[in-house]
Amino acid sequence: MDFEDTAEESAFREEARTWLEANAPTEKELSGMDYMARGKFWQKRKADAGWACIRWPQEFGGRGANPIQQVILAQEEAKVESPETGMFGIGQGMAAPTMMSYASSEDQQRYLPRLASGEDVWCQLFSEPAGGSDLAALRTKAERDGDDWIVNGQKIWTSGAHYSDYGILVVRTDPNVPKHKGLSYFFLDMKSPGIEIKPIKQISGESNFNEVYFTDVRIPDSQRLGEVGQGWKVALTTLMNERASIGAGGGGTRFSTVKRLAQSVNINGKPAIEDNHVRAKLANWYVQESGLKFTSYRTLSALSRGDIPGPENSIGKLVGAVKSQDMASFAIDLLEQQGIVRDSVQDEAFAALFQDTYMSIPGLRIAGGTDEIMANIIAERVLGLPQEPRMDKGIPFTEVPTGSG
Amino acid sequence: MNFEFGEDQNLIRDQARGFLNDNCPPEVVRRVLDGDELYAEDLWKKIAEMGWTATVIPEEYGGLGLSYLELVVIAEELGRACAPVPFSSSVYLATEALLAAGSQQQKETWLPKLAAGECIGTLAYAEGAGQTCAAGLAVSVTDGKISGSKVVVADAQIADMMIVVASSAGGDGASMYLVAMDQSGVSCEAVKTIDPSRNHANVTFDGATAQLLGNEGEGWAGLERILDRAAVMIAWEQLGGSDACLEMAINYAMGRYAFGRSIASYQAIKHKLADMYVKNTLARSNAYYGAWALNSDADELPLAAATARVGSTQAFYYASKENIQTHGGMGFTWEFDCQFYYRRSKVLAVVIGSEGQWQEKLIQATDQTNAA
Repeated sequence: MDFEDTAEESAFREEARTWLEANAPTEKELSGMDYMARGKFWQKRKADAGWACIRWPQEFGGRGANPIQQVILAQEEAKVESPETGMFGIGQGMAAPTMMSYASSEDQQRYLPRLASGEDVWCQLFSEPAGGSDLAALRTKAERDGDDWIVNGQKIWTSGAHYSDYGILVVRTDPNVPKHKGLSYFFLDMKSPGIEIKPIKQISGESNFNEVYFTDVRIPDSQRLGEVGQGWKVALTTLMNERASIGAGGGGTRFSTVKRLAQSVNINGKPAIEDNHVRAKLANWYVQESGLKFTSYRTLSALSRGDIPGPENSIGKLVGAVKSQDMASFAIDLLEQQGIVRDSVQDEAFAALFQDTYMSIPGLRIAGGTDEIMANIIAERVLGLPQEPRMDKGIPFTEVPTGSG
Repeated sequence: MNFEFGEDQNLIRDQARGFLNDNCPPEVVRRVLDGDELYAEDLWKKIAEMGWTATVIPEEYGGLGLSYLELVVIAEELGRACAPVPFSSSVYLATEALLAAGSQQQKETWLPKLAAGECIGTLAYAEGAGQTCAAGLAVSVTDGKISGSKVVVADAQIADMMIVVASSAGGDGASMYLVAMDQSGVSCEAVKTIDPSRNHANVTFDGATAQLLGNEGEGWAGLERILDRAAVMIAWEQLGGSDACLEMAINYAMGRYAFGRSIASYQAIKHKLADMYVKNTLARSNAYYGAWALNSDADELPLAAATARVGSTQAFYYASKENIQTHGGMGFTWEFDCQFYYRRSKVLAVVIGSEGQWQEKLIQATDQTNAA
């Protein structure tokens, strides 16, 4: 039992580090570029040298690397100063695996290399106002018209819709069969006429998501992935890749920062860190943080061995999000009245870290599967417990009871 | 990254589980819980024959010279079986004390017997309610004769030797002594505890012969080191118990029907069991960390041990109480086995200091280690 690389891993790490250190863009190279341009610049450079989407087959822009090599590359990339490339995550992490399984080989050749190189950005159009945790209850409809489909309806929580070139979309093509059976899956050009994108303002004040409205949007049937009515099955391919890509979050709100805060503020005239209640809470969070870290090490060990990881890693977001929320809340309490100030200029020590976490973390407990859905997934897929009985089973979608929400 | 057990250890785990399924079914735990036996002597003998008590003892002292990775795998299975034997006292505490601080002669005298399971050892430091510390120790040794009382010592009545932490005028205020139990001037009085499947007794020394173990005035630091090591091994026992509770709760919930369906299909139960799984998984990963630190004698052992200890203590408490809850009224009956783990979880939670003490050690350790 150790934390060491195998000889092969170590050689790969060295190769990756050498390339990254020599090629990470300098501030001079990036000057004048916005967030998106910087990301695209860096992604293109990686792709040109064979360091983008390395697990993909060579023909699509990858190098057929194994999962542990991908992890090693990410670890090494995190050590060098380089632009954010998170805007490509949905396309590369979710759309691409689906395209690899279901798109025609011409479309794979046409779209996948441009996804790898960051030339195209993709978004995911799944959630709807009426279909959140119950995603398959979505109502956006597509009707056949010659070689096209005509789409009407509304999607929500679409990250990056406003800067995306393409999107993956699940729609209802037959409302007269049970809900999972009436869905079909497409990809589409986000510049298609009839698409309207409206940002959603979150409680944090930021806008990371959009509503996307479809009015008579035409999609060629050739952009359908999977058979008509098989959209749910195709969507599961995408979703299997989603939960893996949503991290534990919380950013800088962690044991070390909250401990540092507790050393800098007082309780009863003494540093808060000397208070037993504070120490016990910090210890519990340390245990959780450590547990998550070493759980991921166990997952990496399985990858390193060439095995499929066990279900351990499914707990990351479930544990991490609540932990960050509780830590941020506690940090604000430690600051007393001053704690409610959310001003990164005034707060020299922490730049409003805890307040920002407090206001943004509720979203993480919902995104990509709510805490409750994650608990159901653990209960059903890991522990083998039965599903709750469902009122919508076996009846046409049009007859499923709906509420007002 | 190779943060996992090897084939050898996995094999030992399988063997240990099979052995305990055959030799320590719930009836054996119940026999000790209900009866007058102080421990399952027949099981202890078989465990010794398997060589488990000899696992990490060097071959020169009659041991097998294996690593702590093998030992924690066995600890997990003993915890899963809730085995009514003095393994933790004899192996994680007494043996560790001798290995860490014993003189050549003390090791030669005691380790072969401990390895063979012919002799049972234990360790005593608490003297009353509340946290014991070096400053208040009343047990003392003068001219090699020990006097005073220790309370609620695990396996005291079946022990052949005891490591006793006594006061010292110098150093850190304490010294460790080795006391043979089979002599006049040592008396034990059984105490009734919340877990009658394990023996506990108050011990009074009245001029019994005691040998210094390690250096005078370094007893408290020595004890802390032993407890750090024991914490990892006990964490694995706690983890075995936690997983046993999860499995019991799942099996019962699947088969129990209410309002026309399995109670395992209700989210109230599913989420409870998912929580149990999450806590057990985090505890397991921290116990891996502890095992790695123990086995490699890492500088960060105090931090790893405290992390493993706090995680496993919390996981076992949660799993054992919510296992009863999942069983409903039947879980509260003497007839059902849920009680074994509820009792044992609390015994293991306090045996080397409560959760609060280990939370405190953890924070102190983060001051020393540059913990992110």
